[in-house]
Amino acid sequence: MKKAIRNIWIWLVLAFLYAPILILAFYSFTSATMIGTVREFSLENYKTLFTTPELTGMIIGTLILAVGVALLSTLLGTVGAIGSFYSHKRVRKAIELSNQVPVVNADVVTGFSVCILMIVIFHVRKDTFLPLVIGQTALCVPFVYLSVIPRLKKMDHNLYEAAMDLGCTQAQALWKVTIPQIVPGITSGFMTAITLSLDDYFIATYTKPATFDTISTYVVNATKGSQTSIKTALWALSTIIFVVVVLIVVLANRVGNKEESR
Amino acid sequence: MKQKHGFQRKQLAIPYAIFLLLFVILPLLVVVFYAFTNEDGHFSLANYVAFFRSGKTVGTLLYSIVIALVTTVICLLIAYPTAYVLSKTGLKSGDALLLLFVLPMWINFTLRITALKEILTLIEGNLAFHPFANTIICMVYDFLPFMIMPLYNTLTKLDDSFIEAAQDLGAKKHHVFLKVILPLSVPGIVSGVTMVFLPSMTNYVVLDMVYNSTFIMGSLIGSYFSAYDWHNGSVISIILLLIICLITALSSRYTEGETDGRVGAMK
Repeated sequence: MKKAIRNIWIWLVLAFLYAPILILAFYSFTSATMIGTVREFSLENYKTLFTTPELTGMIIGTLILAVGVALLSTLLGTVGAIGSFYSHKRVRKAIELSNQVPVVNADVVTGFSVCILMIVIFHVRKDTFLPLVIGQTALCVPFVYLSVIPRLKKMDHNLYEAAMDLGCTQAQALWKVTIPQIVPGITSGFMTAITLSLDDYFIATYTKPATFDTISTYVVNATKGSQTSIKTALWALSTIIFVVVVLIVVLANRVGNKEESR
Repeated sequence: MKQKHGFQRKQLAIPYAIFLLLFVILPLLVVVFYAFTNEDGHFSLANYVAFFRSGKTVGTLLYSIVIALVTTVICLLIAYPTAYVLSKTGLKSGDALLLLFVLPMWINFTLRITALKEILTLIEGNLAFHPFANTIICMVYDFLPFMIMPLYNTLTKLDDSFIEAAQDLGAKKHHVFLKVILPLSVPGIVSGVTMVFLPSMTNYVVLDMVYNSTFIMGSLIGSYFSAYDWHNGSVISIILLLIICLITALSSRYTEGETDGRVGAMK
């Protein structure tokens, strides 16, 4: 009996979380322009999604931005974490405190403050993408830093000393001994950075070039009354993203389990 | 260490330290400067006086606090039993199940809200009849995974021997829950609350998408931003920052060693 109640609860919450996405996915394969209306099977939405330059441009732009920001953040955050880990305690505290700012801060404030600094004070032009990349990087690096630091703490520090005793230079020891040990932290930081950039709306609206749209900013504008064909093409986009996320999570988990059992 | 010249590991901190200084600390200082000056660049508190005198801005502040509070409480009420049941299903399957609950986190939130909006429109016909309820439903939908994750992490770490000890000493079921399980899960509750409360106070996009109109704190920044009113925008930022500092200071006491839920969510 108790077990039944537990199961029902779990299913209810899952239904709440997934029903909208799944129902939308179902209708994305029909020619319906509204949910609830029964229409025949159609791949029109997917065709629109992949053949409308405005849509493909926006999707590719978002992906390039996310990968670029994630790479930059991973490099900066990993190197920064290693440096900070071996720094004087006071330096490390200062870095950790500033690192915490974008993490706890509201994204609206982060975006607005970067926007004022770059555009009003430094007069950087928005269409250079510089404010956007810097704004999103400022949001993402702290998360990379936070996922690398625990790995550095867990690392076996004798190996580094051993490498040095065997004739490695500091740089070689760092590259061949330290980095391989913290790879899981680096990859998880990279993944977090990608998802943060893909999900970001606030920093993008304040810092993006007027002619450029990320998925988030595009969808928000599209919901405010636009062509129906675009609206339903976004259902297809939502479905594709859902499938991709499921695949990545399943794959990542397989790899993670293998590593644990090793 | 032994080498006096050349490369040292701690030097690697320099680029990141410069980045933080330039693009995290400096922007905040600029916001502080703009918030306390007027158009002529002189020190002024007029912006604050205007903020607290205007019914519209104070109303927005209060409304967003109410929205955030209700969202947080409902998220907690749904997430706690969920995380509790998950934590009792055994380590391996619990982790796999958790993944199901946090997976929506990685789907772009604007697309998820679009989906929910379609469903709500189908059920209600017209969203205009229940603006408050719909706002809360959308917010809860958006933030629920962020509440489940920290709660699950805390509840799985919970030492069962405490519960067994309480039972052996004759505590009734609800006593075990109230006096043992609940107090021990406070760190998870606190970090879940901070992860939901702050964003839901500032996430005006949800409202914007569902109603084309916004009464949430963040939207004030948005409207000042589109009017190039940097001073008033900064005032809102400062007020939000103060609230954030307050909450962070309150919560840091309970969450020693806990990190933000967004970290390490992806394996």
